[in-house]
Amino acid sequence: MTPGTLLQVTGPNGCGKTSLLRIICGLTTPESGEIKWQGAEIRSLDEEYSRSITYIGHRIAVKEELNSLENLRISSGLAGRELTHDQARQALARVGLAGRENLPARFLSEGQRRRSALARLINCSATLWILDEVLASLDQAAVTLVESLISEHLSKGGMAIVATHQELQISAGSFHRLELEPPTSGGTAPLGFPS
Amino acid sequence: MFRWIVVRDLMLAWRRRADVLSTLFFFVIVTSLFPLGIGPETQLLRSIAPGVVWVAALLASMLSLGRVFQSDEQDGTLEQMLLTPQPLYLVVVGKVFAQWLVSEVPLVLIAPLLGVQFGLASDTLLILFVSLLIGTPILSLIGSIGAALTLGLRGGGVLIALLILPLYIPILIFGAGAVDASINGVSSHANLYLLGALLVVSLVFAPWATSAALRISLE
Repeated sequence: MTPGTLLQVTGPNGCGKTSLLRIICGLTTPESGEIKWQGAEIRSLDEEYSRSITYIGHRIAVKEELNSLENLRISSGLAGRELTHDQARQALARVGLAGRENLPARFLSEGQRRRSALARLINCSATLWILDEVLASLDQAAVTLVESLISEHLSKGGMAIVATHQELQISAGSFHRLELEPPTSGGTAPLGFPS
Repeated sequence: MFRWIVVRDLMLAWRRRADVLSTLFFFVIVTSLFPLGIGPETQLLRSIAPGVVWVAALLASMLSLGRVFQSDEQDGTLEQMLLTPQPLYLVVVGKVFAQWLVSEVPLVLIAPLLGVQFGLASDTLLILFVSLLIGTPILSLIGSIGAALTLGLRGGGVLIALLILPLYIPILIFGAGAVDASINGVSSHANLYLLGALLVVSLVFAPWATSAALRISLE
């Protein structure tokens, strides 16, 4: 990956897209091989690497009891990128949650909850974005928003790894696609009912 | 960062007050059942008081411990915490500290009041309070290891009790021993110092073990 690159990871269900992304984050240890960041193994960099990445996974880390504003400010604070009240409001307005900032997340729809997770990408200074199925349950307007966020990020020299089946319309940076092959039955035997 | 963890957990606890209160009521009810069941024999009640209050505190802390990491694991917040640019050690200390503030401090505060129904003298009530004040953070710290190890397992609640309760034995012995000594008119300093030493040791090692267990659970 070089600055300004988008890597789209595609492949059939169960081929290991999420596993790959989790390995790149450092959440899972690979069975073989290693992930390097600026020439050094990510395990040895640890917190320094964590500062350079942001990850949005399947489970989007939005607390049901907290409202969007609290969710955004707390998760940014935890990631070491504190937001002021106004910055957080603007970010939420951009993802289309203006007027719903004070609603606990359990009253939001799935799409709105995902939008509130996306608000973390605005004002996010991390170099590498790792987004897993980030377009799921989003409407067309939100998909366009994600695309423009990624484009902006790439034009600033950022990098992104996105696992999705949808086509991404990116206006800046260079685009690569990584297609993972379906799992072969050679490795681990598939589960099945006895005939 | 530490501040964010503590503030967040306190906020969440406030929004789920019922969980916190249920632990407290459990403690109150369990300790109140003994005088009711045994009858008004002052001498007997006084001699079992330290053990009863301490065992009830252990069981009450088991109730709240299962929840320390559970909801964060389910909605993906724990993954995000692993990816924060701070040592996981600090994250764990923050979460355990918040859990202690929310679930254990109310027990410590109400314990002297419960001690009255066992006919404890005022200086013994003070020792009970101090021993719980030093002892309950150890319960939270050691319990967090079990909570991290059983994360995501079905029936984790029972498993955590089987894993952790044996480790609580030294705390129970020194904690109840301190109160017992005070009842018998002996100095309880030795027991309290030992509890303090256990607190320091568990503060150093428990978050480290919990961090390792969390990394394994989330792989």
